[in-house]
Amino acid sequence: MIPLSHYLILGAILFSLSVVGIFLNRKNLVILLMAIELMLLAVNLNFIAFSHYLGDIAGQVFVFFILTVAAAESAIGLAILVVVFRNRSSINVEDLSELKG
Amino acid sequence: MEFKQLIFYFFGAVLVFAAAMVITVRNPVKAALFLVLAFVSAAGLWLLLQAEFLAIVLVLVYVGAVMVLFLFVVMMLDINLVRLREGFGEYLPIGGLVAVLLVLEMSIILSTDQFGLKQMPDPGSLPADHSNTRELGRLLYTIYAYPFEIAAGILLVAIVAAIALTLRRRKDSKYQDPSQQIHIDRRTRMRVVKMRAEKKS
Repeated sequence: MIPLSHYLILGAILFSLSVVGIFLNRKNLVILLMAIELMLLAVNLNFIAFSHYLGDIAGQVFVFFILTVAAAESAIGLAILVVVFRNRSSINVEDLSELKG
Repeated sequence: MEFKQLIFYFFGAVLVFAAAMVITVRNPVKAALFLVLAFVSAAGLWLLLQAEFLAIVLVLVYVGAVMVLFLFVVMMLDINLVRLREGFGEYLPIGGLVAVLLVLEMSIILSTDQFGLKQMPDPGSLPADHSNTRELGRLLYTIYAYPFEIAAGILLVAIVAAIALTLRRRKDSKYQDPSQQIHIDRRTRMRVVKMRAEKKS
């Protein structure tokens, strides 16, 4: 018997790992996108764990929608990444400081 | 230790290891591959939670489509890794501190009885003829029908946006403009020149 708390703590560990990932790789746009994907995975894990333990399948519907939106987000994000790379041959976040006052 | 528990801790350990590798590994291609490992182990955990449809969708859509797209983009770009790794560990102490505190706080809250087995017992396995896909579909096509349509709209927008962003008209390539082709009239194509008939010499 696995208690619900273990799933939730696993989700918390996954989420904080991706937060650290954003801290560490703040220059690499690709890894930043991957860290966001990991965060969404952690959230989805929580949703599914609650859905299982509460016997309510609505949580899985939410995960379905999150997956849809995440797929759309990463597709557009990668497209923007390609355009950025095409225009300045770099994906370094530090090079994208046009808006700096 | 029960077999289910063994599976849970094994998959959880692989998941955490893969996530740690994603954020620390040097090469983005390797990071993408470790992200695939993380998704597959998460799918295993979801199977353990009897969310079969979503587990399969995670592997098919995420590993099969999104991660392949990631790999495709990463391999297509010629990335200067040295510059991207500059100051990699600069924020490691503060970031690590924040993460450890986050996990600690969450563990303190989540280890209370509210999320323990007493308050939330494991509902046990569902009957063999129970179909997770059917249940999910029933809900999606009735109560959540409008959100489902909106999700389809979002995917369409994503397709259009991704193509519109990356579409590039090359200046040196020759192409025909159909609207100009059909908007022709006689005068632009043919000029009637009045001249006298030629005489035979």
